[in-house]
Amino acid sequence: MGRALVREWPPAWRPRGSERAWIAAFLIPYVAVFVAFMAYPVAFGLWMGRSPALYAELVRDPKFLPTVLNTLIYTGVGVNVTMFGAILLSGYFMDRSRWIKALLVLFMLPWALPAIPAFLAWHWMLVGHWGFMNSLLDKVFGIEGPIWFNDYWLALGSNIVATIWKWMPFWTLIFLAGRMAIPQDIYDAADVDGAVGVSRFAYVTFPLLGNLYLICTLLSTLWLVGDFTTVFFVSGGAPARTTEVLATYGTHLAFDSGDPPLGSAAMLSILPLLIPLAILLIRRLRSREVQL
Amino acid sequence: MSATTSNRRIHSKLFYRLQHYSVELACLALGGVLVIWSLLPIYNMWMIALNRHDDIFDGSLWPEQPTLQAFRVVITEDFWYLARFWHQFGNSFYVGVAVSFLTLFIGSLASFTVGRMHLKNGWMLTNAALMTYVIPASFLAIPMYRIMQIYGLANHLVSVVAALTTFATPYAIFIFSQYGKSIPMELDESARIDGANPWQIYFRIYLPLMAPALVAVGTYALLLAWNEYLYNFLLLSTPESMTVAVALAQFLNSDESPWNYMMATAIIYAIPPIAIYYGSRRYMAAGLTMGGVKG
Repeated sequence: MGRALVREWPPAWRPRGSERAWIAAFLIPYVAVFVAFMAYPVAFGLWMGRSPALYAELVRDPKFLPTVLNTLIYTGVGVNVTMFGAILLSGYFMDRSRWIKALLVLFMLPWALPAIPAFLAWHWMLVGHWGFMNSLLDKVFGIEGPIWFNDYWLALGSNIVATIWKWMPFWTLIFLAGRMAIPQDIYDAADVDGAVGVSRFAYVTFPLLGNLYLICTLLSTLWLVGDFTTVFFVSGGAPARTTEVLATYGTHLAFDSGDPPLGSAAMLSILPLLIPLAILLIRRLRSREVQL
Repeated sequence: MSATTSNRRIHSKLFYRLQHYSVELACLALGGVLVIWSLLPIYNMWMIALNRHDDIFDGSLWPEQPTLQAFRVVITEDFWYLARFWHQFGNSFYVGVAVSFLTLFIGSLASFTVGRMHLKNGWMLTNAALMTYVIPASFLAIPMYRIMQIYGLANHLVSVVAALTTFATPYAIFIFSQYGKSIPMELDESARIDGANPWQIYFRIYLPLMAPALVAVGTYALLLAWNEYLYNFLLLSTPESMTVAVALAQFLNSDESPWNYMMATAIIYAIPPIAIYYGSRRYMAAGLTMGGVKG
């Protein structure tokens, strides 16, 4: 769309004096915000976590390594299930019959719902003996439900399911937009070649959406690694602070234990994993035109 | 010979019809699952909000004696956690609207300058913006808390507005610079020849043509502000400066809080963003489909 319109300016043209002043004036707001509220905190955070002794102290903390592991499980499972589910569901919502359209509106509700009410609802659905989920299991299936937040795997799983519930609609919408941009004649050609059903998805749709899929996966990985709200409100770290992730753990260290440098160090400790992902993402975003 | 052919044809017709019905049935079943999946937690919110406090965990699947009393308490601020509810609701609103507008203003100015004023090293600015887009907000919470104290903004709504605007702007710049490519440069050129200055080009030509992207990003920024908890909690602690997000979490401080009041508050808090999202849905879709996949 509009490739021909995006042309380079003739190199002879350069901003002149008054033009320069306008450019400076237009950029001041962003540069000011960037320096004051982004560059400074980043530098401050790195400076707070500069001492190697902090990392030695972290490794000695018996809670630290399990927390890193939780973060990896939470992010890894959460992102991949969300993305794979979203790309499949986007195919389901391609059917433009009226009731599917209405269903899409309903399906987007978790995303439009603010995070705190949503996760409070999840917490109260699963809490204790007589949360709604257990009442449902008892009344409908006659099963006595477990105490969800007393078991490590159930509590961690609850966090993951809640995060999938909240974010899958958004990514489904993105993939739906991606699928709609695929020209119909590609499918017609595939039809002639006998690609239907699963093979159509595997050999036509998925390769065409591959780049978008990768970018979305990277983005949501970066978001989930730093996720605080879900874990804080759904399991709250229960049982006994074993399901915490780095964001909640670092915040606890900084504000409850009163050790901000240690908290900063805990959050910085995941950087070696984040930086390669971030570089890959930026390269992808700059090389292709993809909109999110 | 011909009998077997027609027999087979009838057979395959039946087969296709059966297949068609079973696909239809599977679609319906999946639709049902999706409805339950999407609505279950939301139904639970309503159930708790409509129950009397003593009945919340009695194991029933719907409120035995539904009452709107919890909503009445919230609306009339009749409970001590909620004593300043409407004031705090106003705070939330102020933060959301301010973050939206500042993000739109700063983001569109920056992407206008980079994309349309032939800035020599403009890509550096876009790269810096993308870099910040990938830093998880919660990882900056600790230094941000200190810095807001240094700036003297602690317990001031401005601190949350500044922090959230910073996190929303990179996304805005990214979307605007993608969307802006579809607006012909010739418009700027002809306006320039007619003697328009850059501000006039920005305000009269660029902004109106960017309207769908502005609505999409504005909604995004508002939802971001409405979703945020950590920064609200760290930066605002007096009842005067608190937003509803922090007030809601206060209920969790005690094990015996009136959960029906909490859920009623949560439902009221959830109404504005849902209304705004469904109101701007058409533009959101336009903003999203715009780029789609362009290889």
